[in-house]
Amino acid sequence: MADLKATRNGYGEALVELGAKNPRIVVLDADLSKSTMTYMFGEKYPDRFFNMGIAEQNLMCTAGGLSSCGYIPFASSFGIFASGRGYEQIRNTICYSKLNVKIGATHGGITVGEDGATHQGLEEIALMRAIPNMTVIVPADFHEAKMATIAAAEHVGPVYLRLGRDKVQTVTDYTKTPFEIGKGCLLADGTDVTIIACGLMTAQALEAAAALKSSGISAAVVNLPTIKPLDKALIHKMAQKTRAIVTCEEHQVAGGMGSAVCEYLSSNIPTPVKFVGINDTFGESGKPNELLEAYGLMAKNIVDAVNEVLKLKK
Amino acid sequence: MASDYTELKKHAKSIRKNILKAIYSANSGHPGGSLSSADIMSVLYFKHLNHDPKNPWKEDRDRVIFSKGHASALLYSTLAECGYIEPAEIETFRKLHSRLQGHPVYHKIPGIEATGGPLGQGFSFGIGVGLAARLSKLDYKTYILIGDGEMQEGLVWEAAMAAGHYKLSNICCILDYNGLQIDGDVEKIMRVSPVADKFRAFNFNVMEIDGHDYAQIDTAFAHARTKNDKPTIIIAKTIKGKGVSFMENDYTWHGKAPNKEQYERAISDIEKMES
Repeated sequence: MADLKATRNGYGEALVELGAKNPRIVVLDADLSKSTMTYMFGEKYPDRFFNMGIAEQNLMCTAGGLSSCGYIPFASSFGIFASGRGYEQIRNTICYSKLNVKIGATHGGITVGEDGATHQGLEEIALMRAIPNMTVIVPADFHEAKMATIAAAEHVGPVYLRLGRDKVQTVTDYTKTPFEIGKGCLLADGTDVTIIACGLMTAQALEAAAALKSSGISAAVVNLPTIKPLDKALIHKMAQKTRAIVTCEEHQVAGGMGSAVCEYLSSNIPTPVKFVGINDTFGESGKPNELLEAYGLMAKNIVDAVNEVLKLKK
Repeated sequence: MASDYTELKKHAKSIRKNILKAIYSANSGHPGGSLSSADIMSVLYFKHLNHDPKNPWKEDRDRVIFSKGHASALLYSTLAECGYIEPAEIETFRKLHSRLQGHPVYHKIPGIEATGGPLGQGFSFGIGVGLAARLSKLDYKTYILIGDGEMQEGLVWEAAMAAGHYKLSNICCILDYNGLQIDGDVEKIMRVSPVADKFRAFNFNVMEIDGHDYAQIDTAFAHARTKNDKPTIIIAKTIKGKGVSFMENDYTWHGKAPNKEQYERAISDIEKMES
C-alpha cells in the first residue's frame, strides 16, 4: 500500500492538534523528542514542552505532579525505558493515584531494528496491563495512532500508548465509525477461525487471511487496539462464531495481548488458541523485516498457527 | 523582637501525642521519623502555609508533599491538628478500609497532595507541581519533606537536577536530617554527606538549621518565601524520635510500634517537653 507512515508520527501530529485545541495539554520527553516525534509539539508550544533529560523516573513523577494541577501531560520515551525504568513511578505515583497522565511510548517491538535487543521493548503490554487503572492501547497504523492519541487525551485516567518506529501500512478505516477506547474492529469476517491482532501485526493478519482464503479457510480478522480494557463482547462473539482463535502481536507471548484474550476466554467461553509473538527470547540487531522473518512474525507464521489451531478445534 | 512560640509548641505536642496514639492503635508505623519533623510541621502549618482546612482544594493553596511518606502518622496528626479531619479518625490509622493508609495516598483526605512513601517520588512529583504553578501563573509554594536515607535514591537527584535546571524558586524542600535509617546510621550504610554542598552543586539555595529550634525554623521558612531564582532546601538537623526519651537517636524505632507500657511512658515524656 502506498500510505506508509509510522504510528509514532500519528502520535506526534495528534499532539500538535491537541495543543492547539487545549491549553491544558503539556508534553514531556526524556531526550528522545526527535525520535518520539514530540519535538513537533515542542517547536509549536515551547512553554508547554518540558525536556526532562535522560531521567525516566523523574519524567513520570513530574508528569504526575503536573496532572495533579489540572494539566494533561503526555510523557514520552522509548517503550523499554518508559515502562521499564519508569515502572514503579507509573505504578505508585500515576496509576495508584489514578492521575490523568498519558504515556506515549514509541519504539515498541522488535522492529526498532538495528539498535538491538536493549532498545526493543517486548514486555510493555504485560507490565502495563497488570497495573490497576491503566489503559493500554497498541495502534495498528498512523491513522489509528492519531485517533488513539486524541481519545487518550479525552479519557480521564492513565493511558499507555505503545507506538512503533517503523513505517507501517494503513489497515484501519475510521471514516464510518470513530475510534473508541475499549473497542476492537472486525476488519474481515470469516467462519473457520478468528485472527486477533494489534500493532503492525494487523497488516500481517490481513495478509494471512487472504492467503488462507485461497486454500479454502475462512478467517476473520479482528484489529484489537485496546488491550485493556478488553473488548470482551467482540471476542466472545467471534469465539462463539469461529470456535478457534489465533492472536498475533509484536511482543512476548507471556503476558501480552494473547494472554489477555485467553484470560477472558478460559473463564467464559473456553476456545483453542494459538499465539504468534515473541517466544521467551530477546531480539537482536537487524533490519525490521529481517527481524520479523527471523522471529516468526510474518503472515506465513500466522497461516501455520491457524492450521495448528484448526486441529484443536472440536 | 523575639517571637513567642508557645502556641506552636503546644500544637507540636498535640501532634506528637497523636503520632504515638496512631502508631500504638495500629500496632504498626514509623515513630522515629515522624517525631523528628513534628516541630517543623507545626511551624509550617500554623505560621507559614497558605491553606484553609475549610476550603482545602483552593487553587492557589500552598502544597505540602510528604516524599518521606513513612512519616504518615505525622502528616495525619498535623492535618487533624489543623482541622482537616476529626482527631478520632487517627485511631483508624493503618486499619482495613481506613482513609489513613500506611503511606499517604493522593487526595484520600483533604490536604494530601501526593502519594508518598516510594522514596524520591514525592520530590519528583513536586517538580511537576512547581512547573504547573509557573505555567498557571499562580504564586503558591510547594513544600516537600524528604528524609536523609531517601537521598540514597537516584530519583532524588534526578528531581534535584530538574529543580535546579528549571530554576524552580517556588519549591522548598525540607530535609529531615536525623542521621538514621532502617538499618542504622546513614553515614555508615551509604554516606550522603556533604549534603549542603551536594544541593549547592545542584543549584539550590541552601539553609542549614536546627530542626527543633523554633526561631531558626521560622526564619528559614520566612526566608524561603523571599524572591529567589533558585529552589530552596532547608537542611534541618533533627533528632530521630524527638520528645520520647527511649526513642531518641535509636534507629530501631524507625518502624516499630510501642507496647502499652512504652506508649504510656512516651506520652508522659511528651507532656514533659518544654513549652
